[in-house]
Amino acid sequence: MVEETRIPVADGVGRGLSKLMTPKLHNSKNGLITTASSIAAVLLALVISGIMLKLTGKDPIAAYRKMIETGFQSDKMLEALQRATPLMLSAVAVAIGFKMNLFNIGVEGQYLFAALIAAVVGAAVSLPAPLHVAFILVVAMAAGAFWAGIAAVLKVKRGVNEVIATIMLNYVALSVIQWLFDSFFRDSSKSDLNVKTKILPRSAWMPDLASGRLSSMFIVALVMVFAYWIVVFKSRFGFRLRASGLNSVAARTAGISSNRMIFTALIISGAVAGLVAMPSVLGDIHAYGQGVPDGLGFAGIAVALLGRNHPVGIIAAAMLYGFLDATAGVLQIQHVPSSIIDVIKAIIVLTVVIVNEAVTRWMNRRTAARTSMALQAATPVGALA
Amino acid sequence: MRKNKRFAGVALLAAVGIFATACGSDTKTATSGTTGGTTATAGTTGGTMSSTPLNLGIAFDTGGRGDGTFNDSAARGGDKAKTELGAKLDELEATGDQDRKPNLETLTKNGDNPVIAVGFLFGDDLKTVATANPKTTYGIIDSVVDAPNVKSLVFAEEQGSFLVGAAAALKSKTGHIGFIGGQEIDLIKKFQAGYAAGAMAVNPKIVIDVKYLGAAGDNAAWGSPDKAKEIANGWYAAGADIIYTAAGGSGAGTIDAAVASGKWAIGVDSDQYVLATPDQQKHILTSMIKRVDVAVFETAKAVQSGDTKGGVQVFDLKVDGVGYATSGGYLDDVKDKLEAFKKQIIDGTIKVPTAP
Repeated sequence: MVEETRIPVADGVGRGLSKLMTPKLHNSKNGLITTASSIAAVLLALVISGIMLKLTGKDPIAAYRKMIETGFQSDKMLEALQRATPLMLSAVAVAIGFKMNLFNIGVEGQYLFAALIAAVVGAAVSLPAPLHVAFILVVAMAAGAFWAGIAAVLKVKRGVNEVIATIMLNYVALSVIQWLFDSFFRDSSKSDLNVKTKILPRSAWMPDLASGRLSSMFIVALVMVFAYWIVVFKSRFGFRLRASGLNSVAARTAGISSNRMIFTALIISGAVAGLVAMPSVLGDIHAYGQGVPDGLGFAGIAVALLGRNHPVGIIAAAMLYGFLDATAGVLQIQHVPSSIIDVIKAIIVLTVVIVNEAVTRWMNRRTAARTSMALQAATPVGALA
Repeated sequence: MRKNKRFAGVALLAAVGIFATACGSDTKTATSGTTGGTTATAGTTGGTMSSTPLNLGIAFDTGGRGDGTFNDSAARGGDKAKTELGAKLDELEATGDQDRKPNLETLTKNGDNPVIAVGFLFGDDLKTVATANPKTTYGIIDSVVDAPNVKSLVFAEEQGSFLVGAAAALKSKTGHIGFIGGQEIDLIKKFQAGYAAGAMAVNPKIVIDVKYLGAAGDNAAWGSPDKAKEIANGWYAAGADIIYTAAGGSGAGTIDAAVASGKWAIGVDSDQYVLATPDQQKHILTSMIKRVDVAVFETAKAVQSGDTKGGVQVFDLKVDGVGYATSGGYLDDVKDKLEAFKKQIIDGTIKVPTAP
């Protein structure tokens, strides 16, 4: 196998990130502390954002009250869940890589590529209703896996750092999508300015859980998070994955093929990424076109980071993001710039990371102190003399 | 305009990326928020003059107020409705594709009537929202949505383009001009068709170079000034002396090339002379003005006076929905001829084609 070409900067970033991403807390008491510190971090972020609001001449209390008032209306809550759906999928895709110390920054390109392929293939076949939807989901996963697979092959065969490969493949994906879309897949039979691929047949339309508000993809996303939990935390494969991520040398010594793990992890990550745009493709636009949202791949990185790669954390973080996005509009009407919401989201990520790191260090120190105290107590005073 | 931004900041950590973008646009929106605040006072004073209270909601597309062209033009219409009709103005800017439908719903729920969607990308979502809320009147710029409560506000871009095409032919010394389009879609082909027809009406032998920056759906076409500059440089070197660009933000590249080569550029949508630097102003012959502001204002006014029915409204030369800019005074010597063309288009003597 080719020696891995390490790029110093990316590697430095990678190590820094992996330090943050690697869960150090495992038992339930520590889990409680993690949860508590995350909640504290969110509150701290709200205080900091409040100060920012105040500085820009807005009333933070009124703004937060308005967010909560509208955010808990039923339609806004459904909207928050709808917005959380792709974020959960994207975050799971990212987290699978993180668990193995792989940074799949390419979820963005993977899901957009998958969306186009799934929409085109889906429109070309005819199947009975539930099968048709399932078929498209499988195609989307395969397309996402394929695109991530390019980075995986580059990494395994040629030792290309996956951070660089996945980032660059985002750009490649964008150009490839544009070319495929324009040369082959654009439905030119319609003169609509809002260009799309051929509209999917009715049998491929995913039913809504709440009409026009919440796609059934929400359920699929929850299932994917659950599957992530089972596979990564409860299976032998997951153990190997995490072991390789924590210490690849030790894992290799224990007989775990690191190349195979890298390949499998990136493929699975890409497959989940392939589902990110499905709420739009199957539930809203019923095609691929300009309305397919972008940026969800990057948002997923933040959500995975915020959720500490934990299934429950990812769900909570995605919902928090969904809630904030859903209430941004109401704030705008109150003349609070909606970019404040983006600032709040970013501050939350930063405070969670910082608070968690601080808590971990504090706990490590406490453990060390207790250990030394226990050692001292156990050692007879006379023995030292 | 959206996709070229897609990977900006990709090399940064997601959090840092979000933070930076948010801070960047924050300043802009915060400023407009303040301006909105001040004009609100003016609006209240104006309110005493009007009869029916009016809540005007504007759903901007990404870019929003402050984009310098399209959305800003709509914003001017909103401001005018505020001062002249005493309207209360609510604005929502989409920050992504997922915002369009919720923003329309939020404005509707907020009691805004009419709600105006700025841009054709709102089309599908507006159809859904308008059907679910038959009591609210909606407006949409650049798209036709078939619903009884939607006013589809489209423009006769070909007529305005005809006039700037005629101006180009009248001012060209080489008998060689150019047209750079954004996406190759029917909307932009209207600009090309009108421009060519106007130029030919003056000089049937004129040479017109035509190039599009991207295919349909290629959003990068609206934000590639580098590409436009390259094309313009080539054409200027080959003897063209006036180039009209209908490609959103890419047009800046043509203006740069015109400055560098000492030739003329023609702007689009807004009067670009007003927004340009003094250096550039010497090279902006005119601009094809698309009065999105008029469409917004007229819709607000119509709803205030009880006209809530849907349908397609074409903003053409007759209602000053399109036109040409005279800033800089470069057209003073040919203005009479252009006005004559304008009159002929309005009275129907000249029929401007909508497809090349």
